[in-house]
Amino acid sequence: MNLEASMAKAIQRGGLVVFGLAGVLFALGVQAEAIGGFVVESSKAAGLDQCVEPTEYMRRNHMELIRHQRDTTVYGGIRSTKHSLEGCVTCHTGHREDQTPVPINADGQFCAGCHNYAAVTLNCFDCHATIPTGESWNQAPAAGHGQPGDQDLGQVPAQVPGHQVQGPHQIGRKAGSAFALVAAHDYVAADALREPVGARSEPVIERAEGEPR
Amino acid sequence: MTDKQASDRAPVNRERRSFLGAAAGVSAASIAPGLVLHQLAQAAPRTEPVSDANRWGMLIDTSKCAEGCTACVEACDKENGLNLQSTPLGDDLEKWQNQRAVWIRKVKLQDNVTGHVTNLPLMCQHCENPPCVDVCPTGASFKRADGIVMVDRHTCIGCRYCMMACPYKARSFIHEAIAEKLTRAPRGKGCVESCNLCVHRLDKGDVSTACADACAAEGHHAMVFGDLNDESGPLRQALQAQPSRQLRGDLGLNTGVRYAGV
Repeated sequence: MNLEASMAKAIQRGGLVVFGLAGVLFALGVQAEAIGGFVVESSKAAGLDQCVEPTEYMRRNHMELIRHQRDTTVYGGIRSTKHSLEGCVTCHTGHREDQTPVPINADGQFCAGCHNYAAVTLNCFDCHATIPTGESWNQAPAAGHGQPGDQDLGQVPAQVPGHQVQGPHQIGRKAGSAFALVAAHDYVAADALREPVGARSEPVIERAEGEPR
Repeated sequence: MTDKQASDRAPVNRERRSFLGAAAGVSAASIAPGLVLHQLAQAAPRTEPVSDANRWGMLIDTSKCAEGCTACVEACDKENGLNLQSTPLGDDLEKWQNQRAVWIRKVKLQDNVTGHVTNLPLMCQHCENPPCVDVCPTGASFKRADGIVMVDRHTCIGCRYCMMACPYKARSFIHEAIAEKLTRAPRGKGCVESCNLCVHRLDKGDVSTACADACAAEGHHAMVFGDLNDESGPLRQALQAQPSRQLRGDLGLNTGVRYAGV
């Protein structure tokens, strides 16, 4: 009798433990589901079904794709394939309420959000632009999503009305003349820091007669 | 009945269309090869790796280069985001002018005997045998198949050996972190860089450089950019029409940038 009672108690306890464990696992599972949601609502990517490759593949292999594309671009000059870092930035940059882009490596944004969580240091943006600046030289990210490949970066994503990309080329290049392209730049602050080049101390290379030129 | 016939024919039509398209392309190419190929190149970004079919270069006519004009320098700065560099806090302005990255400089030459002054823009000369590539310990400094000498920043360790090796003082070092970057011109602390003949334009099929465009827009037309291998192209025509030379031709580097009037 005693034995039976204690056994029943043990089973009950065991059941509780199992139930508790199941609960913890369930909670973890729910959390794991939530981790997937790093695509920023105000980015172009939020309106698309999937990335340039299936999402699961991108989560695990995006770094390989980017690295491969990197060498193809630097050495081969190919900027037309869809696995470019520029493509990531173009599509995944979030926007503030006034439609200005948020740097993709800012806290909580697409790249930083996941990389901070995974504690993986990201140094792409030591050199590369964190917001789309200028014309998209790489048209393929858009084509990879089945959109017209010929569009400019300045094109408005459906969910971001009035989205403006700062940069010369959307104004200059399509407008025609190279001069318009040059004039379209407006980096007043940076220019003001700089003296006109003529005012700099330019080297005057002096030559004696008969010295080889 | 007609619907069925139309749907039966649909795949045939598609094949026929693609065949006709290909045939039209072939015949057009054979009728006017230079023209059509140029237009094709304009149409789309590059999908094939660069090859030595092209060798990009430039002719600079110093007699047309105006004293005091810095259009090419400013255009280069804007095209390649060099104007986005900011002076380090507390740095002496003169020191900064010597340290900041520039891809193209206006240089003034004076003949001491005659007093004649020559102005010219000086940038990476895109040598066939570039000394910067010879000395690079990591292979970051390289010559692309189409003759453009570039730095692969992913591999550059910032040793600046190439800056020492370059006879033209064409390379710059980025000393500080850069806050604002252009998509087409990545730039970061600790790497060497120099003129890349507006490679982002070329890769898109746009055969032009910011400096030459700006020079033409100013009305000077002192810079002609083009393909050294294209005998009927504007660069070869210009080179044929007047005498030109390489700067420091004695070094045997076979530069891609040539100068007339020096």
